[in-house]
Amino acid sequence: MLPGFGLSLGYTLAYLGIVVLIPLSTIFFKTFTLTWPQFWAAVASPRTIAAYRLSFGASIAAALVNSVFGFIVAWSLVRYEFPGKSLIDVMVDLPFALPTSVAGITLTAIYAGNGWIGRYLAPLGIKVAYAPLGVAVALTFVGLPFVVRTIQPVLGDLDQEYEEAAATLGASRLQTFALVIAPALIPALLTGFALAFARALGEYGSVVFISGNMPMHTEVVPLLIMSKLEQFDYAGATAIAVVMLSVSFVLLLGINVLQRWSSRRLAA
Amino acid sequence: MAGQSQHEPKRPGTADPPMVRIALITVALVFLALFLFIPVIAVFAEALRKGIGAYFAAIADPEARAAIRLTLMTAAIAVPLNVAFGIAASWAIARFDFPGKQTLLTLIDLPFSVSPVISGMLFVLLLGVRAPLGALLADHGIRVIFAEPGIVLATIFVTFPLAARELIPIMQAVGSEEEEAAIVLGAGGWQMFFRVTLPNVKWGLLYGLVLCNARAMGEFGAVSVVSGHIRGHTNTMPLYVEILYNDYQFAAAFAVSSLLTLLAIATLIAKRFLERRVVPAKAEHDDLAIKVAA
Repeated sequence: MLPGFGLSLGYTLAYLGIVVLIPLSTIFFKTFTLTWPQFWAAVASPRTIAAYRLSFGASIAAALVNSVFGFIVAWSLVRYEFPGKSLIDVMVDLPFALPTSVAGITLTAIYAGNGWIGRYLAPLGIKVAYAPLGVAVALTFVGLPFVVRTIQPVLGDLDQEYEEAAATLGASRLQTFALVIAPALIPALLTGFALAFARALGEYGSVVFISGNMPMHTEVVPLLIMSKLEQFDYAGATAIAVVMLSVSFVLLLGINVLQRWSSRRLAA
Repeated sequence: MAGQSQHEPKRPGTADPPMVRIALITVALVFLALFLFIPVIAVFAEALRKGIGAYFAAIADPEARAAIRLTLMTAAIAVPLNVAFGIAASWAIARFDFPGKQTLLTLIDLPFSVSPVISGMLFVLLLGVRAPLGALLADHGIRVIFAEPGIVLATIFVTFPLAARELIPIMQAVGSEEEEAAIVLGAGGWQMFFRVTLPNVKWGLLYGLVLCNARAMGEFGAVSVVSGHIRGHTNTMPLYVEILYNDYQFAAAFAVSSLLTLLAIATLIAKRFLERRVVPAKAEHDDLAIKVAA
């Protein structure tokens, strides 16, 4: 019998309680001090609803873009050889490692009307920075690694014998992809989508610079919470935070279910 | 990655037509160029726009140095605490069975699903001068929110799961045979821990430390809420970048950003180097987990 169970579990629970559970519980205690009209006024005001719409819309758009292109990146990294492949494989994680304020000012500089890319989009009438499109660009950046990193190992472990069998039995490459490869990857793809979406919903740093923060127009929910905190409207900020936390926890549960499905699919 | 060892391009039934291959690689490269490579190059280009002299002047500025100091100090407190927690949690979870283990694992992951702004807000609600606990501390002259302790606390919260969730699977994969042998041969608990356990998980420990450190030095949203933006006093590097940028000192903002970008790139390289040592053990564990789940 190994020693240290009581000490390690006791320390784990005490540290978890002090660092995570006590701080998290304050938000629920604070919520109970609000009256229903107060709560409702904060979570259902037109400005808040506009922020939900932008946050959810831009997060879904970014997660969809990442699903499509992340899939292609993962496919290229696993199945093909090309120059610079190992560099790219390392760099895919950059959005995890780069501070969000750095990402924010850099994307703004690039996609502003006079920026490296923005200057070519401006004549076409496409405004990225200081518009909802800019929010989606920033959220695409922060969510980029998730789909690649969830699909890559699954695709790598996929037994190519099934593809060979399909080809031998007369399937075209497209049929093999649609009927043999894609079904095996769907759980991982959905997991990656959900992770990217969840990350995008809470994102603040990279969005605050590129969005322009106009209420009703380019204000995402975390920004709205921040501006309520700056005005010392703690009740309003808490009410909106509780809504967003609930959404996050539902997503967390969904992701857990997806991951279990994904690993069962792999084992089968 | 795991897939590369199984890569067998010579299998005729599994190859894509060359046109498809070239098209997909091109799409992947254009996407990554737009969202990854151009931004990284832009950081350095913008940082050096006013010349190398202005670049070093921006970094040597007293306020920049204060921000660098606070960032280093914050990481120096938050990272060891969370790594120590990671060791304790992985020992308890990987070596023993107890009821509620799955719940504990979910609770450890919790800070990941909390938005950075909400993470910072938790500490304002708990320890701000309007809260009972914060008022009590303020009466004793201890200021937490809008001061350094708040920044450290918020950083500990957001980096809390990082070391633990890397160490748990590695501790599981390493197995307990050597530790049991040490105990049977008469080693004390701490002797076993320092001579057997720690050396066995050292690469995983370093891996968790690198990830935890990158996030601790780079966190922006949560520390932004608790910092209160007092110039030169409670700015970490990511916050200082924001202040310079909002002051229209773009070259200086990007100069400080370039340091953080170098840190991010160094983190990715260290991560890849450590993954080579850690991942075989981890992959073994993942297979185990799959079997358990099935």
